[in-house]
Amino acid sequence: MTVLADLTFSALALSAVYFLAASGLSLIYGLMDVLNFAHGLFMTLGAYAAWDLTTHLASGLGAPTIFALGVGASIIAGAVVAGLTELLLIRPLYGRPISQILVTIGLDLAAVGLLLGGFGSNSLSLPVPLWFFEATHWGALNLPNADFVALAAGIVVLVGLEWFLRRTRYGIIIRAGVENRDMVRALGVDVGRAFTLVFVLGGAMAGLAGLLNSVVFNGDLVSPLQGDGLLIFAFIVVVIGGLGSIRGSAVAALLVGVVQDFSNYYLSSHPGMAEIGNLSVVLLLAVVLEWRPRGLFGGTI
Amino acid sequence: MSAAVELTDVHVSLGGSHVLQGVSLAAPEGEVLALLGRNGVGKTTTLRALMGLVPHTGSVRVLGQDVSRWPAHRVARLGVAYVPEDRDVFSALTVAENLRLAEQVAAPDYDAVYELFPELRERARQRAGTLSGGQQQMVAVARALLNRWPLLVVDEPSKGLAPRLVSELTDVLARVSATTTMLLVEQNLAVVRRLARHIVVLDHGAVVHQGPVADLDDEDLMRQLLGVSA
Amino acid sequence: MRGRALGITLGAALVALLALVPLIGLHVPWVLPGTVDVVNATGTLEVLALCFIFAGVALGYDVLFGYTGLLSLGPVTFFGTGVYVFDIALSRWGWPLASALGLTVAVTLVLALVLGAISLRVGGIAFAMVTLAFAQAFYYLVEDNPHNLTGGDTGLALSSTRLPALLSGAVSNTRSLYWLALVYLVLAAAVVRVVTTSATGHVLVAVRENEQRVEVLGLRPFGFKLAAFTLSSLVAAGGGVVYILLIGTAVPSAVASTTLTLSILVMVVLGGPGSAWGPVAGAFAYVYLQQYLLKVAAEPSFASLPAVARVPLSQPQFLLGAIFVLFVLFVPGGFAGAVARARARLASRRPAAPPPRGDA
Ligand SMILES: Nc1ncnc2c1ncn2[C@@H]1O[C@H](COP(=O)(O)OP(=O)(O)OP(=O)(O)O)[C@@H](O)[C@H]1O
Ligand SMILES: [Mg+2]
Repeated sequence: MTVLADLTFSALALSAVYFLAASGLSLIYGLMDVLNFAHGLFMTLGAYAAWDLTTHLASGLGAPTIFALGVGASIIAGAVVAGLTELLLIRPLYGRPISQILVTIGLDLAAVGLLLGGFGSNSLSLPVPLWFFEATHWGALNLPNADFVALAAGIVVLVGLEWFLRRTRYGIIIRAGVENRDMVRALGVDVGRAFTLVFVLGGAMAGLAGLLNSVVFNGDLVSPLQGDGLLIFAFIVVVIGGLGSIRGSAVAALLVGVVQDFSNYYLSSHPGMAEIGNLSVVLLLAVVLEWRPRGLFGGTI
Repeated sequence: MSAAVELTDVHVSLGGSHVLQGVSLAAPEGEVLALLGRNGVGKTTTLRALMGLVPHTGSVRVLGQDVSRWPAHRVARLGVAYVPEDRDVFSALTVAENLRLAEQVAAPDYDAVYELFPELRERARQRAGTLSGGQQQMVAVARALLNRWPLLVVDEPSKGLAPRLVSELTDVLARVSATTTMLLVEQNLAVVRRLARHIVVLDHGAVVHQGPVADLDDEDLMRQLLGVSA
Repeated sequence: MRGRALGITLGAALVALLALVPLIGLHVPWVLPGTVDVVNATGTLEVLALCFIFAGVALGYDVLFGYTGLLSLGPVTFFGTGVYVFDIALSRWGWPLASALGLTVAVTLVLALVLGAISLRVGGIAFAMVTLAFAQAFYYLVEDNPHNLTGGDTGLALSSTRLPALLSGAVSNTRSLYWLALVYLVLAAAVVRVVTTSATGHVLVAVRENEQRVEVLGLRPFGFKLAAFTLSSLVAAGGGVVYILLIGTAVPSAVASTTLTLSILVMVVLGGPGSAWGPVAGAFAYVYLQQYLLKVAAEPSFASLPAVARVPLSQPQFLLGAIFVLFVLFVPGGFAGAVARARARLASRRPAAPPPRGDA
């Protein structure tokens, strides 16, 4: 029973990180038809920005403050780089969706190459408050604090995003644009600004996802290729949830996190099944697509 | 009298086919011009080219400006309200959100819109995707009237509506036309007769006839141009 | 058509020239990718053979991407299948060469039909993502070393006991492996050429341009897409077989990673998708540049450069990525597109040339 509860909790934390990574990707795709390969880069840069800032701050500030600043750095780095990507690389290629995908692939290759050159292929260690490694005891349950943080971040972002999409003018523009971009333009709305905005938002969430991924699942290590690994799962979550749907991303993230974590726990110790967690996620994708080619929530946001 | 809309030698190619082959027409200011033609001759494409929604060559002048290379949102903000052929209301958005999206001026005229379509006020919080076809058309027209823009471009407003709704909608458009220049695509010739003063007929992507609305009474001509007896 | 005859003649001349390269012991400074500055040095031949292999794979990939308009992110699944099935049959099970080849073809065929049928249920971007997911699953599978078959991250060395003497023993036979790779490229190019210029090829282009119109003509686009998928997979697997013969070890990060998929895509886009020679040129440029940059970065004088220059220059991935971005932004259609534009400009300057017809 406690194993089940512990496991569910860690699956939820994993789902939260997937959601942070996938929701921006899904919004960007839904609004602009751009499959953003540079999203993995935004995640990696978020983690590196946090590493860079936190290792250069005076330790007198105290670990929690330093870490909070690191969180801010990861969000800002992701948002700024994503915004620049949209303005400088995506915008000149409007109307050419394949070229837009290709340019994000090129950016990812080039920037990861630079990171490899500048920081080396070895992982760097993030300074993280000790509190993260401790666990909160609830009766017989042992819930790691790091998982709490990931889960809380996921919930806050989900609620905030829903609020933004439903209550603000730009949120309405984005939801309408996912449905019919041309008609939004024909009403006199400059959709281009919404394009930049979804990149900035998606980049911010990706930066945070990259940092949390390091802290919660990578033993506080930051590496140049971490984002690209996470990106594959974010893609899978987006396709399962339905391209362009935030709620779909949330549900799919839960599904993927649970399937991956449970199959890992129960099956990976069998010989030749060390990767069963990852494989079962791909299997889940195939099953969902056979049943619903447009994903669980395809077409709604 | 100056023209509110002036297309000169407009060409459009879509998916490899040459859809508009040099359309030239002018819609006089303060009047209603009806654009007619059989199915698939390029009426909708003409309106989309005017709105900047499809790539085209040739010149498009709207409300005194050369908008040939403008993006759609700038054309619209010049003062062009557009009601597209299949309504294109945003089905995931509520009625109120659909209207809010269309607000482009400091004081959108909700009173006038709700006076014309009282039903929309009651259904403000309903998702547009769950509305009937007629109600969706009301949303599409309401969106276009909100800003009191000087030019209204309407694509087949009566398409798929019950006769009673068609006449209600025609009443609304007739009231609007008193203050607004209108470019109207319409297959229902009774509606055209009520609203328009001049007609332009397209065939195979080019203008084949222009004249006063009275030309609709020339049965031979109409059979030849539209394939219907008027 | 004069242009086509000229193209084939040029291609044949180029192949003949390349076939002679192993016999040329010329000393050429600077430009060669190997550490020894001699044209037929082992290092140079190996890099050129790699160029041939990836040129063939890129051509096969382009049947799917350039001609049919399907962005697959899974060519490595089949390249890797070629590598691993062939390697396992020879090295783990000790099968004879012919049986190993037969098994490789059979497995590739079945896998391509199954994965193709599943992933082609969706179109556009979803297709790209699904093929990527399958490729990733393949990567996990070989990395996992199930039943000790693939060797996991340590790799699986090709055992040469069942190979003919000419193809075994890496260094002394680089020459014959070079020729083998060239034969593979010529074969791949011929098959791709025949298919893309046939009636089927025209349907593939029609699917890319307007799928509904193909349906209206009473043809089923799905069958044609699956055929393109399978052909491209078989060509990729063939490349995998030649690759493992040449390199001698299968490592997941080299033969089954997303990076390799993206490299193949980059080659095709640099060269020009949907063109007869573009992907070949793109693959040559990519592989050659990559290997050359690695060689330059390894030179002792390189370490004395300041970090701002040394860090980016030591990373072929950075330079190739940056070049790729510039191409996507400023050179649409890649090499082939640039050449076509240059020729059109030349032709329009010649007064006798007839004016272009229609609105194209
Ligand atoms: N995206 C497209 N690709 C290819 N052909 C298109 C495309 N859009 C429209 N067409 C073609 O262009 C022609 C003109 O279309 P358009 O919608 O302008 O006609 P219409 O006069 O509005 O017809 P209707 O009265 O049926 O609304 C049609 O033959 C149509 O098939
Ligand atoms: Mg129409």
